[in-house]
Amino acid sequence: MAITREEVLHVARLARLELSDAEVERFREQLSAILDAVSKVSELDLHGVPPTSHPLDVANVWAEDEPRPCLPLDDVFANAPDRDGELFRTPPA
Amino acid sequence: MASWEPVIGLEIHVHLKTRTKMFCRCPVEYAAVPNSNTCPVCLAFPGALPVPNRRAIEDCVKLGLALDCAVAERAVFHRKNYFYPDNPKAYQISQYDEPLCVDGGLTVPTADGEERIGIVRAHLEEDAAKNVHVAASGRIHGATATLVDFNRCGTPLVEIVTAPDIHSADTAKRFLQLLRQTIVELDVSDAELEKGSMRFDVNVSVRPAGSDELRTRTELKNMNSFNFAAKGIEREIARQIRIYEEGGTVDQETLHFDPTNEDSPPLRSKEEAQDYRYFPEPDLVPVHTPRDVVERLRGEIGELPGTRIRRIADTLAFYDADVLVTGGLDQLWAKLVHEGVDPKEAANVLANDFAATGGNPNDVNPAEFAKLIKARPTITRDAFSRGVATSFSGSFVAGVFTEQKAVSDVAELDPVIDRILAANAGQADAYRGGKEGLLGFFVGQVMKETGGKADPRVVSERLREKLGPSTPA
Repeated sequence: MAITREEVLHVARLARLELSDAEVERFREQLSAILDAVSKVSELDLHGVPPTSHPLDVANVWAEDEPRPCLPLDDVFANAPDRDGELFRTPPA
Repeated sequence: MASWEPVIGLEIHVHLKTRTKMFCRCPVEYAAVPNSNTCPVCLAFPGALPVPNRRAIEDCVKLGLALDCAVAERAVFHRKNYFYPDNPKAYQISQYDEPLCVDGGLTVPTADGEERIGIVRAHLEEDAAKNVHVAASGRIHGATATLVDFNRCGTPLVEIVTAPDIHSADTAKRFLQLLRQTIVELDVSDAELEKGSMRFDVNVSVRPAGSDELRTRTELKNMNSFNFAAKGIEREIARQIRIYEEGGTVDQETLHFDPTNEDSPPLRSKEEAQDYRYFPEPDLVPVHTPRDVVERLRGEIGELPGTRIRRIADTLAFYDADVLVTGGLDQLWAKLVHEGVDPKEAANVLANDFAATGGNPNDVNPAEFAKLIKARPTITRDAFSRGVATSFSGSFVAGVFTEQKAVSDVAELDPVIDRILAANAGQADAYRGGKEGLLGFFVGQVMKETGGKADPRVVSERLREKLGPSTPA
């Protein structure tokens, strides 16, 4: 299933990625190959098979509503490019 | 001219009252130090994994049951992808085509029957961070930076979506009031509009009466006032009708109405806004709510407010019953009636005097409060007001106020009344000439003169007698 150059650019824009022409072409090929591989599944007769949302056959994994320690502020901001006191600072959104 | 029928649907977001967030165990607190309630999960550090909050799941199921929904045998969380600095994962964990609760309805009692508003779904999701846009001067316009507090990021929300079953601004408002009271009584959320723990979006369209088409709708987003919503809906209905009657077309658009909301919402282009690329959250397994849990939660739901309005409207006027129940005052009302207060008088005092104090009805000692209300005709207005204002404090004793008898002794009141009439001869003539409304003015003057201690009924009686008939020339 070949995807188009425009589709690659659209997805890149949604992810705020800037791609060179060569990258657009490379990702177009790679994304097409991924879709081809996944579409193999549709060759099977899946009539009556419920869609799988998770590979593990488990359900109801949850935790009790009990607070646990948070990160110290120094750790919270350790990787932040910019901060303003106790707030993260980003370019205007 | 054709008549038009409004078609209104609502989408309501409610903050759950859990101690911790939806997918991590950071505490949920208002007014904490910014970013102090965060961890690798809600800051989206690589490799961190979400774990759902059991209480949040149960609260959503309980709310769904109260809204007459079916609880899904299988519910799944999805990722809703978008790019904005209020969400460091670049997706919100929400629910898509397999929500927790579906196909319900809330029956809103009306003066002449009832209206059932369909509930399409009630699902769980996480809230986003709080952004503040700063500029060299002022805010938002020409912002130079955005400051982000992730304390709210990942806190649990229930989203409730109604069917487009609402056909007037008034019904929308009454639905929201009843929904709010229902949520508060279930103890799953404070649902406080001012604090933002209940917010809603309104979709409005109009169509020719009798048709069942759905025309282009506009969205009023992020509202947090019922009266504001009702006004906004009425204005929008009128605007759309005017456009159609002039032969125009309504554009699909989003109107922001909340002037206090400091968040400037992301204005994504249309093409991007629709492209959330939902897919099942691979870090979470499905929820199969156990049937015994569903039954336990169903058992915890008491008599719902809608049912109580209907029941109390057998005793009181529908309007009074509605105000008492949606104001959370009907249980205190029932206790006051049990203490021998006249039902209508109890309703008036609660809906007018007590509601204005902002006191918590659960803190009131009904026996003492009943004594105060029963003494009302014989005590000063001031004593009554002060009594109501302290009725919800633990130490309230009615006797302090019921001792402050109003002056109803004519011998004591007459000299004051005569003085007032002499000093206002012009108004007295105007009264006799037909301006009967001036009686209130004279009563007010006498009350003022007596420091609020006169019995207003006796004063009115004496004034009428002394002034004589009020007849237009």
